[in-house]
Amino acid sequence: MLDLIKGPILTFQEFVLLAGRATRGIFRKPYYWPDVFTQMDLIGIGSLPVVLLTGFFSGAVMALQMSRALQTYGATSQIGQIVAITLVREMGPVLTALMVAGRNSSGMASELGSMKVTEQIDAMRALGTDPVMKLVKPRLIATATMLPLLTILADFVGIFGGWIVACPLLGLTSDAQYWNNSWRSLEYNDITQGLLKPFVFAIVLSLVGCFYGMKTTGGTQGVGLATTQAVVVASVWVVVLTFLIGRIFVSM
Amino acid sequence: MAGTQDRSILAFDEVTVRFDDRAVLDRVSFELHRGESLVLLGEAGSGKTVLLKSALGLIKADGGRIYLFGEDVTKATEQQWYDLRARMGVLFQEGGLFDSLSIEDNVAYPLLNQETLRCPEEEMARRVEQSLEFVELGHTLEKFPSELSGGMRRRVGIARAIVTEPELLLYDSPTAGLDPITAATIMALIIKGRDVRRATTVIVTHRYQDGEMLTRYRHDASLGHVVPAAANGSGPRTHYVVLREGRIVFDGSQAEMETAADEYVANFVRRPG
Ligand SMILES: Nc1ncnc2c1ncn2[C@@H]1O[C@H](COP(=O)(O)OP(=O)(O)O)[C@@H](O)[C@H]1O
Ligand SMILES: [Mg+2]
Repeated sequence: MLDLIKGPILTFQEFVLLAGRATRGIFRKPYYWPDVFTQMDLIGIGSLPVVLLTGFFSGAVMALQMSRALQTYGATSQIGQIVAITLVREMGPVLTALMVAGRNSSGMASELGSMKVTEQIDAMRALGTDPVMKLVKPRLIATATMLPLLTILADFVGIFGGWIVACPLLGLTSDAQYWNNSWRSLEYNDITQGLLKPFVFAIVLSLVGCFYGMKTTGGTQGVGLATTQAVVVASVWVVVLTFLIGRIFVSM
Repeated sequence: MAGTQDRSILAFDEVTVRFDDRAVLDRVSFELHRGESLVLLGEAGSGKTVLLKSALGLIKADGGRIYLFGEDVTKATEQQWYDLRARMGVLFQEGGLFDSLSIEDNVAYPLLNQETLRCPEEEMARRVEQSLEFVELGHTLEKFPSELSGGMRRRVGIARAIVTEPELLLYDSPTAGLDPITAATIMALIIKGRDVRRATTVIVTHRYQDGEMLTRYRHDASLGHVVPAAANGSGPRTHYVVLREGRIVFDGSQAEMETAADEYVANFVRRPG
């Protein structure tokens, strides 16, 4: 029994150690800005299409599914509010994070994993660079700035997708009412939650991707394993954290 | 260890390294003096790479003491290790070339990133070029590692290891996976590095003939290639250490190696070309 939990606990301890070093590194030189911009491009621009598509259709699907229930209560005018709140608080941050986990956490794990098994990470340390500063920190900074921006875009196109279904398609409510309703319903609390979540997710996504990459062993096979592990662990963290953060905000 | 410290470049004293409770290096002790060469032999998985990486501070020892350049570095901080590593050159078994950087940038990497080695740009370009000329790859500056053959990549690795003019050179399995002719070329370069730069050299290998070549040949500067060394062995001293499952089972000269009774040690000598 003790042996069974020893592994995960040791892994978590290693992860916290890396997280600590990366976080402290944020405030220290050197900064490898070209690497930061490359990563920003990879995450922000690279993940844009898939994030927009997911955002659009999750908004559309929500309006579609809600329309029946709202018709029963004769409350179809509220559609804008429901779509907006669910997207901004929950669906936008979570779906965007899951997409970025699939695209970028896995990318980081496989890239750093290949570097690990070909001894490029050892070479970095041997030749005077700290891999945490050179590899982990740029990915952390880039994800932490790009994921909130991606989430905002996903929220917008999601509300737009909801409008397409609600107004032109099903005619549940008037255009003006939909936009008014969705805009007004958002409170300060929702916006905070909707921006805090992607920021927290970004830290976890990038660190998990880098962590599994840097601890890859066992050649090319190990790289595949690290990639899978990174995506699974990052995704599970996202859904657990969204609940925990949501819980804090609900009780506030 | 007292008395010999001024000449001692690298020494292990009862060094133990464990992975998952398994001792990968088990109370390993040896000493290497300035100007000497060390041939580290052992089967795959015997701990050769781990030994080399502990000497570079890339793997932390779980027990024992490590001395570098006459100083006890067992408790050195990562920052102190960066300064120590600036005085060493290393060729990794898997190459460790950065595949996102051109050959020129790969070789310039240690000069750019090691604080104690920073130099003006023209000087750096000159040294990079010189280093690539040394391994006869002066024409590949703009290429990327993926565009080169395995033997050429090894040579770039050697160029990167010697560009800083280190006092101690570590080569991890430089001939592994190469055809005999390319392997001989690589060994000739290592000998040239040893004799031209007078660097203390550690070479890790599972091929006895690599060590043999290191002992029996020297680089002739006037001829520009390696020639058999004088029979009386006036060249730099080479000693042999054999690792077996993390333990040192032999430490001595080539002559002692060739008359060793131990089956495992004798097997290395007997192994055909
Ligand atoms: N990071 C690591 N984690 C766990 N085991 C390792 C690690 N690195 C090396 N080992 C183990 O240590 C032993 C020696 O490895 P190594 O030094 O690479 O052998 P070689 O003599 O072939 O270079 C092997 O059994 C290997 O599995
Ligand atoms: Mg090895």
